Amino acid sequence: MKILIIISSIIGLILTILPSILLFNGTITADIQKNLMIAGMVFWFISAPFLMKKKNTAE
Amino acid sequence: MNIETSKTKPANKTQGVNEYERERVPDSKLKGIGSFVGMYAGEHAAGTEFVIGPLFVAHGVNAVELILGLLIGNFLAVLSWALICAPIAVKNRITLYYQLEKICGSRLVNFYNIANGLMFCFLAGSMIAVSATAIGIPFNMKMPGLNDFYPNSISWILAVFFVGAIITVVAMRGYEMVAKVANIAAPWMILVFLSAGIAVLPDLGVSSIGDFWTVAKEKIWVGATASDVSKFNFWHVTFFAWFANMAMHIGMADMSVLRYAKKWQYGFSSATGVYIGHYMAWIAAGILYSVVLIQIVPEGYTLAEYLPQVTSGDLPPVAPGPLAFNAAGLAGAICVVIAGWTTANPTIYRAGLAFQSIFPKQNRMQVTMIAGAVATIGAIFPALVMKLLDFVALYGLVLMPMGAVIFIDHYFMKKFNLQSNYAELAGIKFNAPAGIAWIVTLCICVGLNVFGGVEIFFLGLPGWFIAAILYIVSSKIAQKKQLVIN
Repeated sequence: MKILIIISSIIGLILTILPSILLFNGTITADIQKNLMIAGMVFWFISAPFLMKKKNTAE
Repeated sequence: MNIETSKTKPANKTQGVNEYERERVPDSKLKGIGSFVGMYAGEHAAGTEFVIGPLFVAHGVNAVELILGLLIGNFLAVLSWALICAPIAVKNRITLYYQLEKICGSRLVNFYNIANGLMFCFLAGSMIAVSATAIGIPFNMKMPGLNDFYPNSISWILAVFFVGAIITVVAMRGYEMVAKVANIAAPWMILVFLSAGIAVLPDLGVSSIGDFWTVAKEKIWVGATASDVSKFNFWHVTFFAWFANMAMHIGMADMSVLRYAKKWQYGFSSATGVYIGHYMAWIAAGILYSVVLIQIVPEGYTLAEYLPQVTSGDLPPVAPGPLAFNAAGLAGAICVVIAGWTTANPTIYRAGLAFQSIFPKQNRMQVTMIAGAVATIGAIFPALVMKLLDFVALYGLVLMPMGAVIFIDHYFMKKFNLQSNYAELAGIKFNAPAGIAWIVTLCICVGLNVFGGVEIFFLGLPGWFIAAILYIVSSKIAQKKQLVIN
């Protein structure tokens, strides 16, 4: 479970920054970039609360 | 900018948590550098960054001035945290308010709290307005213009009231939930800022990294303004970046945070906040605005040629919501809402605490509600956002003299044969020298601004020295006549 949370958080952050880089390179369109960023947001906000909770518990 | 206040640590005690308001932080509660790096990085990625970056573009800063000015100004801000605020915080390990009470007396601290609370309210108001620009997107709301002082539509008022009401209700219930959301959202928000900036570069004609500098000079920070907008230069950028958080570093408000640091060197961790929030984010936000600004330029003109021929009313609105939505879609708009909300909320909460310290018998929820109402009413006036640079400078300026008083009291009183923490030792509630240093400094600064024509951004530095000298001189006079303390 912990691994899944970490992977999901990383995917969330990658989907936040990578689509814009791909748009800049001309690899994807602006619509795809924006949709991927929404997906990134969803991944991050689903997993990050658990990630932070685990981190706080560890501290 | 955080202009910004801490999203995670309101000044007073929270339910069930000992915040060591009137005692030294014990060694067992000291925190490692990681806590401060994370806190500063998250704290300075606020909704207002979306406004400050575009305002630099609108004020005609050129690319070299911006890059160098921000680099140097932010470096000076980090030094101010590390060399002025952190050493005193770590040595004394008490809150700003308790430190002030020892030096100034409880009655003078009450005046400080009134000023602080009001500033917090208007700061929160600017953040409410930032969030409202994103809330209005689905309703095709007309955004306020750069020179709008009064609200320009009923829909703007409704959007502000909607956001203000929600933020106030949440603040009334405490800050913990919002603090959690702020911590969770911070890494994502920072990447959204960066991502949005990258996404719009092709719209400006940047097709490779090598093109960026040319485009930056010719299409983003062109060094020209509309005819009725004041022109900024390198010094404006440098001093603004340095003093954007003046209340926090040389104003000593971050004593309350840095007192938990194991070493004073942790003050350098503020670099993460300023170089992400006040460098990368301001640059990215400026790029977002230039994309809409360039669209008003007719064919045959460059942006630098065209801007002096128009007035501020012709410029596109500095509306963070639509700017971020244009670059990053729904994620961008939600980022603006969260960035504004997570910063406005603890700010209103803190304003409530500041007012409650003056009226301790009042219920905290009621006081917070009043603070939220003041913030919301302030947010209705777009001038609060459009003149954000001036307001941020004013906010720091009003609170800064007390930082100078603390600094002098800590390092220099004994050298001048004077007593530090005088109010506590003399048992007085109003230490006149500290009050004189504060009020007279502000009067001199207003005079320099109104009669001397010195812009507000440049008043912080002379103001600090004026406050320091006034405090020493007036203490020399007052302490002689008053109680002699062994």
